[in-house]
Amino acid sequence: MSLATMDGAISEEQRSPSAQVSIRNVTKVFPGKKGFFNKLTGKASSNFTAIEEISMEIEPNTFVTIIGPSGCGKSTLLNMIAGLMPITGGDILLNGEPITGPGPDRGMVFQNYALMPWMTVAENIRFAVETVDPKISAKRRDRIIKEHIQLVGLTGAEKKHPHELSGGMRQRVGIARALAINPQILLMDEPFGALDALTRGFLQDEIERIWEQQRKTVIMITHSIEEALLLSDRIVMMTRGPAARVDEILEIPFPRPRNRETIEQYPAYSGLKAEMERHLFRETRAVEEARIGGKK
Amino acid sequence: MTVSEASTGSLIPEGRDSLLKSEGFRAFALFMLSLGLFLLFWEVGARSGWFAKGMPTASKTLEEFWWWTTNPFFRNGPNDLGIGWNLLVSLRRVAIGYLLASVVAVPLGILIGISPIAYKAFNPYVQLLKPVSPLAWLPLGLYIFRDSELTGVFIIFISSIWPTLINTAFGVAGVDKDYLDVANTLGASRMRTIFKVIIPAALPNIVSGLRVSMGIAWLVIVAAEMLLGTGLGYFIWNEWNNLYIPNILVAILVIGLVGLLLDNIFAFLEKAVAFGRNS
Ligand SMILES: Nc1ncnc2c1ncn2[C@@H]1O[C@H](COP(=O)(O)OP(=O)(O)OP(=O)(O)O)[C@@H](O)[C@H]1O
Ligand SMILES: [Mg+2]
Repeated sequence: MSLATMDGAISEEQRSPSAQVSIRNVTKVFPGKKGFFNKLTGKASSNFTAIEEISMEIEPNTFVTIIGPSGCGKSTLLNMIAGLMPITGGDILLNGEPITGPGPDRGMVFQNYALMPWMTVAENIRFAVETVDPKISAKRRDRIIKEHIQLVGLTGAEKKHPHELSGGMRQRVGIARALAINPQILLMDEPFGALDALTRGFLQDEIERIWEQQRKTVIMITHSIEEALLLSDRIVMMTRGPAARVDEILEIPFPRPRNRETIEQYPAYSGLKAEMERHLFRETRAVEEARIGGKK
Repeated sequence: MTVSEASTGSLIPEGRDSLLKSEGFRAFALFMLSLGLFLLFWEVGARSGWFAKGMPTASKTLEEFWWWTTNPFFRNGPNDLGIGWNLLVSLRRVAIGYLLASVVAVPLGILIGISPIAYKAFNPYVQLLKPVSPLAWLPLGLYIFRDSELTGVFIIFISSIWPTLINTAFGVAGVDKDYLDVANTLGASRMRTIFKVIIPAALPNIVSGLRVSMGIAWLVIVAAEMLLGTGLGYFIWNEWNNLYIPNILVAILVIGLVGLLLDNIFAFLEKAVAFGRNS
């Protein structure tokens, strides 16, 4: 993985030919509100550069976590990889092909689960499977649904509606739905952000277990240092916005399968953790200071 | 009842005690008590002439109510029809006009809600026509159709179209972006997204629009029928010409009960499509 991201530019030889996802000098600018009417109502604003010249190469079968201060543009980056948001500058390549829109090669897990409330657990998964492959046979479809409900440990809850489930169970459905379409890459935007600490721990273990089974490429956003260290092969630390960049990419060498009790005993653990804390603290403090300064 | 009583009350297993203390039972008792007091006040007041001259007593009104509801279907000429016939006439007008309105309003609302351009283009019509009193259309309807039946249907149509249209468009335009993102990331076609995601997601709004429309249709039909010659509205108008107040009160009661029933059907539907979402 390329580490030449401090200055944004990436030279030809640093581009990995085996990379599954290549993010090359990607910039996102949200256009400001212009025009006579907006000026009149005082709503005019200038363009906002959320992220600027971000580059990284992601190899197949790696678990990558993005961490950074709130509002730095993590979701923006992930949505661009998902194809939900247009890219202002640069390219995102998937297996060498530029991304032009969303597609079933990428499965997405949402922070707020985004389950259809009017569909049961099985129907939510079925909707995904049938959308991606409308001609699938009923037998194969039902087998996929059953397998994935089993995979996330929800057997017995097939006929329940999301409002009858706890938050943790809902996110299990969200994960099952994303995996049921057999994507090459799993994208997760703070998948456990809305859960209590205990449920969060359970689901992290589940993700670790499922990842051991499937070894899909995962790009996950998180705010939790421990979560990132437990799950990732690489941790991408982003600077604060506006014009956020990649500050540093950490390699997490711990062998798998990992376990939250034993992982802390590796000698490198505390050093990595301290480094991440330092980074997040520095960036977050800078954000706060800028906010206070801006108010004066 | 004090707080401590309330909390221990809920610990007592189901039994006679908890029945007497349950909220539903207490509310019902209060309702019956207030109804009794109201009827008593009415009876005494009417007998001792506290109200307008000719105001019927409660007992007389209830007697008439019993008579009309136990003999709903008789036919002694156009001005002497059983209240059941009149009710059916009103219900038929409402059903036809309301169904036509819904068949137009729901698809149009979906179309308007999906497309921001259509939203902007059609909004002026909606905003202009929505606040017009339904009865203002009456002369126009009579002039165009030259038929009281069609005019009645037309009035219902034109007045019950707006709430459904507005609620549908609002619901469709406001579908949670997460649902659309899910459909997008899966690569769902436009049609699949509309039928499998947008419409079910907007269904609570659509049904509450239909509920408001039904309420308005039921309000309007009575007023419109006073000028149309049959139906519950005409029944009231006719009894007013006869100056027989008990029957007017009976009709009011029947209209209220039917309205309540219709509203309850839609309340049930709203619940059925909510799936844990409130509203
Ligand atoms: N549609 C938009 N229009 C304008 N600005 C936007 C838009 N979406 C996001 N932004 C801005 O871009 C920046 C990055 O937003 P983003 O949601 O990607 O941050 P984030 O890192 O995911 O934050 P968090 O950790 O709080 O989820 C923020 O300053 C935000 O205000
Ligand atoms: Mg975010």
